[in-house]
Amino acid sequence: MAISTVGVIFSHINDGNLPELSRHRTMASVPFGGRYRFIDFALSNMVNAGITTVGLVTKNNYQSLIDHLGSGKDWDLARKDGGIILLPPYSDETEALYTTRLEALMGITGFLNHRTEDYVVISDCDGIARFDISDIVRFHEEKQADITMVYHEETRKVNSSYFITLSPDETGRVRELKINPKTRGKFNLYVNVMVMSREFLINTIQDAVTRGFSSFGRDILAKNVDTLRIFGYKHGGYYAAVNSIQDYFAHSMELLDKNVRDELFGARDIYTKVRDSAPTKYLSGAKVENSLISDGCLIEGRVENSILFRGVKIGKGCVIKNSVIMQDSIIGEGAQLDYVITDKNAVVRDKRVLAGCAELPYFIPKGRML
Amino acid sequence: MIRKKECVAMLLAGGQGSRLYALTNNIAKPAVAFGAKYRIIDFPLSNCINSGIDTVGVLTQYEPLELNEYIGNGQPWDLDRVYGGVHILSPYQAKKKQSWFEGTANAIYQNLHFMKQYDPDYVLILSGDHIYKMNYAEMLRAHKATGADCTIAAIEVPMKEASRFGILNTNPDGSIYEFEEKPKNPKSNLASMGIYIFTADKLFSYLEADDANPNSSKDFGKDVLPAMLAGGEKMFSYRFQGYWKDVGTISSLWESNMDLLGKDPAFDVNDPDWKIHSRNPLAPPEYVGKGAVLENSLIALGCEIEGTVENSVLAAGVVVEQGATVKDSVIMANCVIKSGATVQYSILDEHVTVESGAVVGDPREKAGGIAVLGRNITIGANCTVEGGKILDKDYKGE
Repeated sequence: MAISTVGVIFSHINDGNLPELSRHRTMASVPFGGRYRFIDFALSNMVNAGITTVGLVTKNNYQSLIDHLGSGKDWDLARKDGGIILLPPYSDETEALYTTRLEALMGITGFLNHRTEDYVVISDCDGIARFDISDIVRFHEEKQADITMVYHEETRKVNSSYFITLSPDETGRVRELKINPKTRGKFNLYVNVMVMSREFLINTIQDAVTRGFSSFGRDILAKNVDTLRIFGYKHGGYYAAVNSIQDYFAHSMELLDKNVRDELFGARDIYTKVRDSAPTKYLSGAKVENSLISDGCLIEGRVENSILFRGVKIGKGCVIKNSVIMQDSIIGEGAQLDYVITDKNAVVRDKRVLAGCAELPYFIPKGRML
Repeated sequence: MIRKKECVAMLLAGGQGSRLYALTNNIAKPAVAFGAKYRIIDFPLSNCINSGIDTVGVLTQYEPLELNEYIGNGQPWDLDRVYGGVHILSPYQAKKKQSWFEGTANAIYQNLHFMKQYDPDYVLILSGDHIYKMNYAEMLRAHKATGADCTIAAIEVPMKEASRFGILNTNPDGSIYEFEEKPKNPKSNLASMGIYIFTADKLFSYLEADDANPNSSKDFGKDVLPAMLAGGEKMFSYRFQGYWKDVGTISSLWESNMDLLGKDPAFDVNDPDWKIHSRNPLAPPEYVGKGAVLENSLIALGCEIEGTVENSVLAAGVVVEQGATVKDSVIMANCVIKSGATVQYSILDEHVTVESGAVVGDPREKAGGIAVLGRNITIGANCTVEGGKILDKDYKGE
């Protein structure tokens, strides 16, 4: 059954956390997991919940995102009514380009006014998880909440420059909400997915405009935690916050765990752009262990504990360990890579030896030849 | 409004493919899986779109459900068009006519109105049972250059196999003076590939004449082409050099899959200049586990390999557990080979489960032939399926 919910995805928030990978693209189009982009997870969660209209808020560098999405058909989002609707920034002489989430929301009130759905689910792209959005909306209705914020219990340090933690009571009502606190032990990290009624969101934005507010977190959430019915929805499953290149590497490697893969890819499909690559070819001399290999690869060397994206070529005598090799990269004969991340179309020449470490993987930018 | 298409392709996809036995129990031959992620029909469809032909009629008859579903609106081949695109043409009832297609020529004849609505100058006839890459635009150019009424694509085959094919006897300029369907004593080894370009008016008039002829078996090779030759029409051969394989038998289907393997394969599906389009599996990258051995193989998305895979082609979602061995085999989507099981020199259709310790097929060196397991069946633990056996039901031992 279709739920009366429209999706809004912020494609760029937190770009600054991952400067290496978001230099030429938005957070949304950062490649992940062999054949996906970050946005595939956010979009697929929405599509799998029966959402058929998703507004995509963009700011800059969104060319690769548009290229990835095309008409939206690969996500079943090429629709007569709705589908993927790009919401690029809007400004005139009097207004500068928006800088905060609230200002971005102010810029899309036209889109929100035009929709007819009851609820809005707002999501960022820097979290890899399988959220059950229909269940979150059901929870929101049950609690008669004004705002439902999804959280995940964390113990790891948050590498983001901006994050929110929640303290819900036993009913789920959020009684305390902190921005960038010092964390120790277990804490509830807001995962940047929230649900509101469309009407509530529109009114809140209008009110914020008249009062000159600029921050959704500080001016709306934190200030009104006592007066608004803000509820926390606990996401009990896998969640990976990607807020640094170290996070990116660590969470990529977690995909080698069958439990993580089963949770992310098992129950429902994760949709992505179709490239019509050929199946991957293993030649004699190939030795692959504990690795995730996408299609279109040609493998003649050794690959261990690594993730290979589409169309990667691994030359004869190579030893690739603990590495993430992105789309169409070529690793020459006899090269040795350990703790390396290559962006797309990188070329490592024959016999090069490159090594980083888990805390600081060696990064090769897009299209670079070494 | 432009309502005209220069060339319309008609793809004969109604064949049963009875020599593929269990593999075509419930699906038409063109829908048979090939090369880890493709189906046979992907090749002629990709050839069409890569040759700039965007209007294709697909004639179905035998077990069309899965084929129809696979083709869908044609989007994976870029054949979802406002005007033209891919159309499924199934037999239908009409006021004066019978419904089933009786032969290849009759199938095309019954769809004259489909072709005529595009007012084509040329009609390309294709079949859905060959693996090859061919630029039909070049063949059309040759057809125009010779001023032929019919051009037949032809390939040289070994002389000893020539009697299995329609053989073209040609003059030095490539014009055909004789056409022999499966001759006992062939005069040449130039075989028809079952790919014809006709000048549309000629085709339409010969199809009408053929339909009116009560003695005709309504077949292109047996009836229409000889009638055109007898009628003095200009018929030319178009020489094709390259890989072309009829995958109508178990052994040729197996061989053609194996032809994809290796660094310089006999047939390359990973050709950036001639992409083979297909409906893509929705699956994560394949996972290769600790202790896995993968040699000289082609593996599709979503596989989980913990055992040994050698000289094999594995389609999407195949699981090879620890201690299991797959060798010299073609494994179609979502099969599970459990721990300690061995599959060798075999073809497994989709969703087959081989339980622990079972042995399917003989080693290739032994002359036992290829073992074939049909869809959705289970081979019980420690059971043995001998080489050359064809099973389409669960097997739990005698």
